[in-house]
Amino acid sequence: MKQLKVLKQRGNKAFVAYIMGGDGGLDKLRGQVAELVEAGVSAVEIGIPFSDPVADGPVIEAAGNRALNVGVTLRGVLEELAGWKDVGVPLVIMTYLNPVLQLGSAPFAAACKKAGVAGVIIPDLPFEHQSLIGPSLKENGVALVQLVTLTTEDSRLDAILEVAEGFIYAVTVKGITGARESLPETVTAFMEKLQGKTDLPVYAGFGISNERQLESLRENVDGFIVGTAIVQALHEGRFEEVKPLIRAATAPVSV
Amino acid sequence: MMEATMKQKGFFGQYGGQFVPETLMAAVKELESAYEEVKEDKEFQQEYAHYLKEYVGREQPLTVADRLTAAWGGPTVYLKREDLNHTGAHKINNALGQVLLAKRMGKQKIVAETGAGQHGVATATVCALFGLECIVFMGEEDIQRQQLNVFRMKMLGAKVESVKKGSATLKDAVNEALRYWVAHVEDTHYLIGSALGPHPFPEMVRDFQRIIGDETRRQSLEKEGRLPHVVVACVGGGSNAIGMFTAFLEDEEVRLVGTEAAGDGVETGKHAATLTKGSVGVLHGALMKLLQTEDGQVSEAHSVSAGLDYPGIGPEHAHLADLGRVEYTAIDDTEALEAAIELAQLEGIIPALESAHAIAQAKKEAARMEKGEILVICLSGRGDKDMATYEKRLEGFA
Repeated sequence: MKQLKVLKQRGNKAFVAYIMGGDGGLDKLRGQVAELVEAGVSAVEIGIPFSDPVADGPVIEAAGNRALNVGVTLRGVLEELAGWKDVGVPLVIMTYLNPVLQLGSAPFAAACKKAGVAGVIIPDLPFEHQSLIGPSLKENGVALVQLVTLTTEDSRLDAILEVAEGFIYAVTVKGITGARESLPETVTAFMEKLQGKTDLPVYAGFGISNERQLESLRENVDGFIVGTAIVQALHEGRFEEVKPLIRAATAPVSV
Repeated sequence: MMEATMKQKGFFGQYGGQFVPETLMAAVKELESAYEEVKEDKEFQQEYAHYLKEYVGREQPLTVADRLTAAWGGPTVYLKREDLNHTGAHKINNALGQVLLAKRMGKQKIVAETGAGQHGVATATVCALFGLECIVFMGEEDIQRQQLNVFRMKMLGAKVESVKKGSATLKDAVNEALRYWVAHVEDTHYLIGSALGPHPFPEMVRDFQRIIGDETRRQSLEKEGRLPHVVVACVGGGSNAIGMFTAFLEDEEVRLVGTEAAGDGVETGKHAATLTKGSVGVLHGALMKLLQTEDGQVSEAHSVSAGLDYPGIGPEHAHLADLGRVEYTAIDDTEALEAAIELAQLEGIIPALESAHAIAQAKKEAARMEKGEILVICLSGRGDKDMATYEKRLEGFA
């Protein structure tokens, strides 16, 4: 996660790519991550498939179902990662809570550490209930990344930002994951507000799929999280087509 | 594992909570405080009582079932007649309460999920009554087996959205309703149909259903001068059962029995017997008991009854099971179908397939009870919606 902080200090924008772990088979994961790193992403978020992904739109849900159909599990993904050498960018696990509960909080955190995972995102583990998993992660030096949204009230936002680690996952839409033509007008003000409240990098995620959106947010965020567009492109063998988006996001600001 | 969260509001023992994405938290909190307000609000409670009486047609009788009593040869059997409610099941008690709350909160749209279609029909009905837009998500498989209810919802002006994902049943309909709610939180209330979901839903649904048990308890005292010995209700998510049991929880001498769907049999893997075969997990916003794999993927449930076809159980039921205050059993498809015929032919009442599970369990209870004891069955709904299934499954029988 230090790398992400350095990027922010230098004024460079980060690009975090989300992929579904095991979409296309778990043996493909290493190659997919390498390809993303090669293309210039700043971090990779590896999604764990879940039977009931209520925060996700149809593209990521379908990717998860493909992974489930070939038997991908949380344990399996972490074991796969544990066999890798340093990939050069931070790896973040995104999983729903139930698979974590079945593995157990402490074994999960230990497995994350062993796998070299820098952070964990659990969308259905709200701030209120984080004592379930948070302490184990802390013991193992794995960041629990916090999500904040346009509807998060100010007092709650302050409390969340106070305990936040790694980076802030700022949700840009009211809804689930998936490409959108445009983002709500209130997003810019929201990102500005966040920047005033935290020193951590603030990354915009959900609904981001085109360069126009990147440009509209560039001034107010430290980076972008793109999932659906990448998951779809990888599945359809069109990875080349998302490279311009990665380049556009991470390009040094022109003077 | 749950010590830290156990004493928090919105928990029943270790179960419950608000396990929803941050995108939904504001809506859940808004609902929580709105419900806190109306719980104690006399005007709201009077309005609710008014519609229950004038529109739903309460109170419902506690009917003595003489021929069933004679046939079973044991206790005096009573039926709590939720089947007589407007729209044909207990679901409207909750739909009415929540729609009145939604109106107060200024929401113009209602989204709901439905399994058997009874909750969808109840929701569409109260939306028509109060002029609110209504969208109901329903699994493709359930649409096939509950055609009549689909048409009823449409005639009432609701939009029925077919869900083809997953097992295409109730669980998947809840997923879609939650996704819709996340995207439309400002003007939409999610009218959940069972004692499930994030706090305050399990508590609120229980409160709107507790009239079932409150009436039953009073009626038993009026008719028999004493409380029932055994009370049986079917359990999917568990709303009619929690509504029935709540009034009796403090009456330790009253045995409470919740009956889940055993589908093809609890050992076949094709069932919905969550408390018999499930384990602790999180789904749809609450920590509860779930049918799941060891990797934490939620399993598909199976039951002839669409309303019991759910792989979880409400958090309060999970807690009552741990406490041992309520016993939970399972009845398979065949036993339920046989019980439906028996009730139809002995009492002239065709039950919903869901309620038929409670009847089958009650028969087993009756065999262990004495003459003169009192056995109450929550007849949660009528069987009109199930005629196609009955016809198919019982061909040649009647």
